[in-house]
Amino acid sequence: MKHPIKTSESDPTFFEEIKEETGAEKILMCFNCKGCSTGCPVTDVVPQYNIKKLLRMSAMGLRDRVLNSEHLWYCTTCFRCQERCPEGVKTVDTMLKLRSIAVKNGVMLPAHKKIAEYVMRTGHGVPIDEQNRKKRKELELDELPGTVHSCPEALEEVRHLIKACGFDRLVGFDQQSLA
Amino acid sequence: MTKNITDNSKRNLSLFLGCIAPNRYPGIESATRKVMERLGISLKELEGASCCPAPGVFQSFDKKTWLTLASRNLCLSESLDADILTVCNGCYATLADTNRILKEDPEAKAGVNEKLSEIGKEFSGKIEVRHIVEYLFREVSPEKVRDAVIHPLDLRVAVHYGCHLIKPAHERKLGSAENPSFFDELVEATGARSVEYEDKMACCGAGGGARSAVQDVALALTEKKLEHMQSANVDCIVDACPFCHLQFDQGQIELADRLGKEFNIPVLHYSQLLGLALGYSPEELGIHLNRIQNSEFYTKLGERAESRFPGRKLGAGAGIGKGGVPT
Ligand code: SF4
Ligand code: SF4
Repeated sequence: MKHPIKTSESDPTFFEEIKEETGAEKILMCFNCKGCSTGCPVTDVVPQYNIKKLLRMSAMGLRDRVLNSEHLWYCTTCFRCQERCPEGVKTVDTMLKLRSIAVKNGVMLPAHKKIAEYVMRTGHGVPIDEQNRKKRKELELDELPGTVHSCPEALEEVRHLIKACGFDRLVGFDQQSLA
Repeated sequence: MTKNITDNSKRNLSLFLGCIAPNRYPGIESATRKVMERLGISLKELEGASCCPAPGVFQSFDKKTWLTLASRNLCLSESLDADILTVCNGCYATLADTNRILKEDPEAKAGVNEKLSEIGKEFSGKIEVRHIVEYLFREVSPEKVRDAVIHPLDLRVAVHYGCHLIKPAHERKLGSAENPSFFDELVEATGARSVEYEDKMACCGAGGGARSAVQDVALALTEKKLEHMQSANVDCIVDACPFCHLQFDQGQIELADRLGKEFNIPVLHYSQLLGLALGYSPEELGIHLNRIQNSEFYTKLGERAESRFPGRKLGAGAGIGKGGVPT
């Protein structure tokens, strides 16, 4: 093995944090059958990606290895592994918790940050553009959908909630720049 | 999958648009409005709804924010006393999961309501979240959909359920996640044939934030799926989700650009397939606005699978190219 695990790498507080997600403690039930990774469509195309390994490393408290692994962001949340696990390990729910711990520690991918910013700015993760305004008109739909796009007060509500949840600070976004 | 014991078809319904349908594939919005109207199902407008918000990013980043923004959308429908209808698996995942979590977990509900009170709203938990495919199956039934068909389609279809329509299976209660059939039955109600293909239940590749952040990985999944569909010699893909739709339609362009691989398989949302069978033209349903355009497909649309509707007096043709609803 190229990178043997040192006992000093294990951080018991990591598992405590993971356990905040109800059911995530079940990663301790994993008996290494590989049912999860065998059917994983991502493993199928990127063999190094292994959900079982990520979860077992998490159970062992390998905080830094897990949170800094780019593989944390490969999962499409297709739920196949969670459906198939004979031990009822909440593979996807736990992986999402791992991601949010990473985010809390400042690890987020620029593309995801951008989508979060779109929602803060416009209320939509994928806002309307010129081309699609035209397509809507051609289809005899209102040029702007009747969503936050047509409703400034609704957008204010969304921004208010984002702030109230501290999401703007989490993502490092300055609401002042919305003006 | 079993039918509901209670009759939910009489309940009010609001249309939740989400982001990708109205802002990237408005044909899906148009088709949804047309087919629901034709089936006699009225949809209330959900004014001021936002992004669901996108599960890939928001559920990954911060569960509390995810629940809070989703609950605001649920509140809008609660105030109309209407169940909420989605046309997207991602919106369905966010809204249905949030609705369930807040109904089951008093602590989560209290936390969300504390934030909502600041904008004068409160989540009470009195409505249900529906997905158009699940709704049509349970509340309308494939038989009634079939009765409404006037232009039976003679197409070989690769049905793509998408992941979050049926999983987590325990929560969705739509039967087997490995081998479901309800969506296929609705597709076959249009006259089309749902064709078996390798690893049919596999993911399109887009979800979980993969499309935006790890595009190569996402496209590799899409490529596999398209190869399997192509080997089954299908005329088109039919999906239940604008995000899978985008991944297949735009993804084919990206695969052609990057790898020079051409599939040229048209992509339809179920609302668009049904719209064709109800006699609307591809232009009215926005099918001509997809990136992938295949002239053989349009020719095939002119052929009618009348033999699959024996003894039925069917309407005139699909107003293909005529831009009007046939009589
Ligand atoms: S399927 Fe479950 S028990 Fe088997 S290896 Fe994966 S997580 Fe462990
Ligand atoms: S949910 Fe993620 S890890 Fe599990 S099978 Fe799907 S892509 Fe793989």
